[in-house]
Amino acid sequence: MNFFLLSAIKMAMVMGVLMLTLLYLQWAERKVVAHIQVRLGPYRVGPHGLLQPIADTLKLLLKEDLTPPGVNKGLYVFAPFLAITLSLISIVVIPFGPAIEVAGVQTWMQLTDLNVGVVFVLAISSLAVYGIVLAGWASNSKYPLLGSLRSAAQMISYELPLGLTIAAPLLMANTLSLREIVLSQSHYYWGWIPAWNVLHGPLPQVIAFVVFMIAAFAETNRIPFDLPEAETELVAGFHTEYSSMKFAGFFMAEYANMFTVCSMATVLFLGGWLPPWPAEKGSVFFPSVMFAAAGLIALRHGLYRARPRDRRSFQVIAMVSFGLAALFLIPAFAQFFSPLFWFGLKTGLLLFTFIWVRGTLPRFRYDQLMRFAWSFLFPVAAVNLMATALLVAIFG
Amino acid sequence: MDAIIFLIFAAAAVIFGINVVLRTHPVSSALALIGVMASLAVIYLLLGAPFLAAVQVLVYAGAIMVLFLFVIMLLNAGSEKKSRGAWMARLAGVPLLVALLTILSFVIFRMYPRSVGVKFGSFAAGTVERVGSALFTTYLLPFEITSLLVLIAILGAVVLGYKELD
Repeated sequence: MNFFLLSAIKMAMVMGVLMLTLLYLQWAERKVVAHIQVRLGPYRVGPHGLLQPIADTLKLLLKEDLTPPGVNKGLYVFAPFLAITLSLISIVVIPFGPAIEVAGVQTWMQLTDLNVGVVFVLAISSLAVYGIVLAGWASNSKYPLLGSLRSAAQMISYELPLGLTIAAPLLMANTLSLREIVLSQSHYYWGWIPAWNVLHGPLPQVIAFVVFMIAAFAETNRIPFDLPEAETELVAGFHTEYSSMKFAGFFMAEYANMFTVCSMATVLFLGGWLPPWPAEKGSVFFPSVMFAAAGLIALRHGLYRARPRDRRSFQVIAMVSFGLAALFLIPAFAQFFSPLFWFGLKTGLLLFTFIWVRGTLPRFRYDQLMRFAWSFLFPVAAVNLMATALLVAIFG
Repeated sequence: MDAIIFLIFAAAAVIFGINVVLRTHPVSSALALIGVMASLAVIYLLLGAPFLAAVQVLVYAGAIMVLFLFVIMLLNAGSEKKSRGAWMARLAGVPLLVALLTILSFVIFRMYPRSVGVKFGSFAAGTVERVGSALFTTYLLPFEITSLLVLIAILGAVVLGYKELD
């Protein structure tokens, strides 16, 4: 098939799924944080607030688009655009699944596989700071400027441990292409334990994984490292002066960055789309079992007397879960979707961790943040890298 | 296709380059410089050096220019004032510019005659593997000396930035 047509179709599919994920990630975040704080979260717009993201988008679209006086107009408009573009670009090199064949056309579940995929993602994420810095500067206002200065210092500092921890699994995989990194993790020890980089010899990268996730929190400006937008000190930080769709741009960029970072962690450390134990030992049935269990739990709660308002919606959720469980029993469907299922499950768990931490940890102080990066994370990542290099050189 | 992309980004690089000089505000100049580096990265990519392209963006646009911008914003440097320039400068400047460009193009044409012409993507040594093995075999000594130089620069920065406690 025509290269351009194929690329366009794949791009449209990835874009559609990504946009929907980003919309509902925000819903999931509000729900999870609400339940951590013993609240219900969005509940009014649609069943369980499921239409809330759409309502929010509409609201942001229809709000007045203010441009405060005194801003540097060109850069003020350009900054959110830059932020969202850069946060969406990295998705092109993320592999979601193995090669598949649809209607005689063979293709990979990945938009493109670059020879330098990892460096590409790093390069794009190192540019991401410009969106925030320019927004803060162009706003011509004190709080945004303070926020963007903090953000620049923070992102440069945390890029070092991030880069060093990415380098360690690269030494073991011996390639920079994200697809080949996943493929290098595809065997099993003693037929059961997956050779993912967190468990893979010569040195299991558990430390690198933890440091990567901590640095990722800082890179995406999430709690506990959300100093650039610390609302108790800086009103809203770098996006104080933004309203309407421009604010929505920054909002979306943050979620897109979270998604990218979590899928990078999945690919580098958790074996991408590979199941945690071999398919012939039953991992093909895991999605069905999981969805069936979810359906049973939902059904039980739906029939439970004390929750009258969930009675109908939980039964619908149960039916959908049972349907999915049945679909995953069909070999043709499972073969196609189980890699996506595993990729989604791993990335989803990491995203859940992001939200979980937001509901749990307080914010760092600025000097603590810097000291933590330079005198703890950086040495740990460097020692881990050197140990990995030594062990790979001896045993590899 | 390659030629069209090359022309677009070569033109962009030149326009951004002119903007670096012409802009009066330091932040705009710095942004134009980032534009130059990004356009150069695309040209490296076209020539078949993906690793160089990615590192160009990562190091120059992503690290060095962030520091530049950081310093400019921290100092809160305003727009510089423009003078109209001396008439002598204009009178002498235009012929000198023409002369410089003539000499440059002459030298380039002498060094690289038509037969040596560059082809898009024909350069095979730009992949990570080739760059890595070249760095650790042919260019090992310069590579190590460069890293020592960087170390010395860092030590110098630490010494300069060190505040005496009294």
